[in-house]
Amino acid sequence: MKNTTKDTKQNIALCVFATNTKLPTMTKLLPLLALLFSFNAIADLRATGDLGIVIEREDGNALIINTTEHKRLAKIEKLGDLSHASVVFSRDQRYAYVFGRDGGLTKIDMLKDAIDKRIIQAGNSIGGAISQDGKLIAVSNYTPGGVKVFSSDTLELVADIPSDYGEGLRSKVVGLVDAPGQRFVFSLFDAGEIWMADFKNPKAPVIKKFPNIGKQPYDALMSPDGHYYIAGLFGEPGLALLDLWNPDAGVKHILSNYGKDDEKLPVYKMPHLEGWAVAGDYVFAPAIGQHKVLVIDKNTWELHDTIAVAGQPVFVMARPDARHVWVNFAFPDNNQVQIIDVKDLSLHKTLSPGKGVLHMEFTPRGEQVWVALRDDNQLVVYDTGTLQEITRLPANKPNGIFFSSRAHKIGL
Amino acid sequence: MYKLLVLMWVTATAFADEPSADRQNTLRNMLNHDCGACHGLTLKGGLGPALLPEALAGKPDDFLILTILNGRPGTAMPPWQPFMNRDEAAWLVGILRKP
Repeated sequence: MKNTTKDTKQNIALCVFATNTKLPTMTKLLPLLALLFSFNAIADLRATGDLGIVIEREDGNALIINTTEHKRLAKIEKLGDLSHASVVFSRDQRYAYVFGRDGGLTKIDMLKDAIDKRIIQAGNSIGGAISQDGKLIAVSNYTPGGVKVFSSDTLELVADIPSDYGEGLRSKVVGLVDAPGQRFVFSLFDAGEIWMADFKNPKAPVIKKFPNIGKQPYDALMSPDGHYYIAGLFGEPGLALLDLWNPDAGVKHILSNYGKDDEKLPVYKMPHLEGWAVAGDYVFAPAIGQHKVLVIDKNTWELHDTIAVAGQPVFVMARPDARHVWVNFAFPDNNQVQIIDVKDLSLHKTLSPGKGVLHMEFTPRGEQVWVALRDDNQLVVYDTGTLQEITRLPANKPNGIFFSSRAHKIGL
Repeated sequence: MYKLLVLMWVTATAFADEPSADRQNTLRNMLNHDCGACHGLTLKGGLGPALLPEALAGKPDDFLILTILNGRPGTAMPPWQPFMNRDEAAWLVGILRKP
């Protein structure tokens, strides 16, 4: 890197020298050449802290994007079925690990715009996580059900945890997150269990199982401080709450009575709890089968309020400063985004960015948000203060947007 | 006259079975992305079961059409009746059965 910097300086010196000569052609050519050289030298350098990955679900591509310059830098192709892809980042923010629906696990080098390693580790998978120390990658699988853990360096298998729950049954695994203390926590959709795997000794993980946590946990999240693991339940009202400061107390069922007697509206897309919003004293969560956002008091775990919204919420995400909560919706209301003002728990604004709003990702400090428009083949960037559109970029059937700042966040 | 009526009826049914090209695009897009959200883009299954021809073999058309239109209570499968009619659901079943 030092050498490259020096080259640049020499080029600039040359440039100054060149402009002082009297040869007309040279005066024009040399600075131009010098400029070209210096651009080349600069192009060799790439910081990764403001990069991100955008998934093109139908083509199986990952776009590397720059969030400061609003630019597409590279397209990484042939990553398999990315119809439900998610991404985690190495702690040095150089590598992106892409979890594909078809069990593919791809390690992308964001400095070289290339695939570093790629394996097919299962038949059908749903997501993954990176360990606290950055050395392990865990993947949650539907078929065969379970969690596989790999070295983040080599992608060699470190541990295999089948999600057995009796009589030869294996559950689909959802809601896999990293937790402080070199642990992974995940939920068993078919079994109705939460498992916590301690990987302090990666060769011999210690697994603690919490049975009977409720019917069909469909996704889960870790609170941003790594204190609580919360699984959403599809098969019954309420949520399952695990206090990681006190796991021996077991899993607590919260909001058990909410919506118990109300008729459930059809859910045309399962909500996602990744980035579930914790803002101040409140946790914001999507209701299931109701067009509402639930506001839960974090101190009592009782329902504080509900906010009526445009449709079945899918992502309910707090802006990093937690003043606003952004919500997108399931089909057929997936052309809208609504913004909740946390100050008075009111609906602040409704935006219509385009067709098929699938995912949103805030810049690290939240001044902008990127929104994926699947059916418009676009990404749109908003100023989160003025709510004005800043720019649009092309992307073919984009779904997930993942910024490298996730590298340093618990539970992402 | 009777023959003509039968012919007209058959033709009308055939037309009713086949959605317009525009509508077919919409339905295919819905299958790939909205159905695909649970059943997978390649229909190999996800939170919902696989919808590949071998997985659907032995399941009658009517059962599949009604599943699409009315959903499956007690599961995550919602009713798609508000967004398509019976002919369109039948057309989708035909698409699913093609290898």
